[in-house]
Amino acid sequence: MGNQADRWLLTPIRGLGRVPLSVISNMGRMGIFLVQALFFTFAPPLKFFRLLKQIKFIGFDSLLVIVLTGAFTGMVLGFQGFYTLSRVGSTALLGPMVALALLRELGPVMAALMVTGRAGSAVTAELGIMRITEQIDALEILGLSPFRYLVVPNLLAALICLPLLTAIFNVIGILGGYLIGCKLLGVNGGTYFGSMSDYMGMKDVLIGLYKSICFGGIIAWVCCHKGYTAGFGAEGVSKATTQAVVLSSVLILVCDYLLTSVLF
Amino acid sequence: MITIDNLHKSFGGVEVLRGASLEIQDGEVVALIGPSGEGKSVLLKHVAGLMRPDSGRIVFNGKDIFGLGHAELMSLRSRFGFLFQNGALFDSLTVFDNVAFPLREKTRLGEKDIREKVLAELKQVGLTGAEDKYPSQLSGGMAKRAALARALVGSPQIMLFDEPTTGLDPIIVHSIHALIASTHKRFGFSGIVVSHAIPGIFAYVQKVAVLYGGVIRFVGTPKEIFETDDVVVRNFIQGSLPAETFPSREQAPPQSKANELQERAL
Ligand SMILES: Nc1ncnc2c1ncn2[C@@H]1O[C@H](COP(=O)(O)OP(=O)(O)O)[C@@H](O)[C@H]1O
Ligand SMILES: [Mg+2]
Repeated sequence: MGNQADRWLLTPIRGLGRVPLSVISNMGRMGIFLVQALFFTFAPPLKFFRLLKQIKFIGFDSLLVIVLTGAFTGMVLGFQGFYTLSRVGSTALLGPMVALALLRELGPVMAALMVTGRAGSAVTAELGIMRITEQIDALEILGLSPFRYLVVPNLLAALICLPLLTAIFNVIGILGGYLIGCKLLGVNGGTYFGSMSDYMGMKDVLIGLYKSICFGGIIAWVCCHKGYTAGFGAEGVSKATTQAVVLSSVLILVCDYLLTSVLF
Repeated sequence: MITIDNLHKSFGGVEVLRGASLEIQDGEVVALIGPSGEGKSVLLKHVAGLMRPDSGRIVFNGKDIFGLGHAELMSLRSRFGFLFQNGALFDSLTVFDNVAFPLREKTRLGEKDIREKVLAELKQVGLTGAEDKYPSQLSGGMAKRAALARALVGSPQIMLFDEPTTGLDPIIVHSIHALIASTHKRFGFSGIVVSHAIPGIFAYVQKVAVLYGGVIRFVGTPKEIFETDDVVVRNFIQGSLPAETFPSREQAPPQSKANELQERAL
């Protein structure tokens, strides 16, 4: 009887503990994964061919989507900025407004979210399928580290590609803002670009650069980890892919907030 | 020598291994048989250090492999050859590159020697002409043979075969068995062969082990297994034999079927 009462009382309390416990142990596992990945990043040899392949996959193959989203983001900023600035009568500042918004915030974040959706999910699915079809085990049996062959190339490729993609996103976005602001709404083109260099500094460029590097790391880390630890069967892979996209996106936005508040 | 010592492993509360123990002497090939889903693949993966047990040890030449450091484990593993049940070919590589992979990554052989060895190995498993195909273009049987070629190409000292002949046609089954037997004669690896090919497998293994109920229920020579008093083992062997070789003299009495059901329920 006492036993029964104990169980009644304890079950909800145990349940309470289970969620934070699993969250914490998951964070621990992800931390260990990152440390291992970093170790193999700096321990030669580097699988150069695979790195090139992943740079093409994460970087080059993302160009189209980056150009498209960059153009439309810039065009929306052109409209929205013009509307806001015309209220206070300073549409001459449209250039710096568009450029600052892109360089400091929208460029890194949007580019990272796009790469997560396009390349990150595919990386998770690929690793997940390799896990469930035992290809990762097959590497280990040969005494070869799956980190060196599968994780490090993705990590380095993301660290290299994200800043470049972000830069392209920014340039296209600024041109999109120019198209709307100057060609459609009649802001002077010289003012648009000229005031940019007046009101912006290296710091704005660097903040965007730091952010994009961090986001690249987050994407590779989360997506590789989710794929590498994918569960049993097709369901395991689809679950891992969803989790990878959601977790990367959330971490990118959280990290963006933290970096913005620190580097402000 | 490999000693599997009292291995326990569960997945999500379901106990698969419940204290499995087995010894494999140097140069000895052991057939591991047992019903599907009993944990034969799981046991094999423990031996290769791909899975960690909940408790128990795998001792290899006096060392517990789960106590080894990363570098030691890696160097130990490169002496293993593993044929995965589903092949586990790298699907981004062609058949040729799959088989060449261990040589390219683990040896200093030149591309010409590698080509020679790979083509010879592919010929052995009857895959000449399929070098440039990708795993997704192969039938199940071809994929398995390509995987076998990849497992054998590095002449490993310890071979673990997970169902090398399941799903292949009878002629190929025979040639695969012959290939494993002749490779064993040539290189003298020790190993485990998981197989349902009874009695074909008995022709070249030194010992047979039966995994049943999460433990190694029987270990003995192929001859001994036909003489065992253990009803479960006898029924399993007889149930696995092809109809024409069914030994009528050893037909189990109805009683034994009931015994087995009882055993399963326990
Ligand atoms: N990675 C895993 N995660 C969860 N369960 C597993 C895993 N691997 C095997 N199992 C379970 O262990 C049991 C034994 O599987 P297996 O070793 O493949 O059997 P078999 O003897 O047919 O090779 C099965 O019930 C299977 O579902
Ligand atoms: Mg199996």
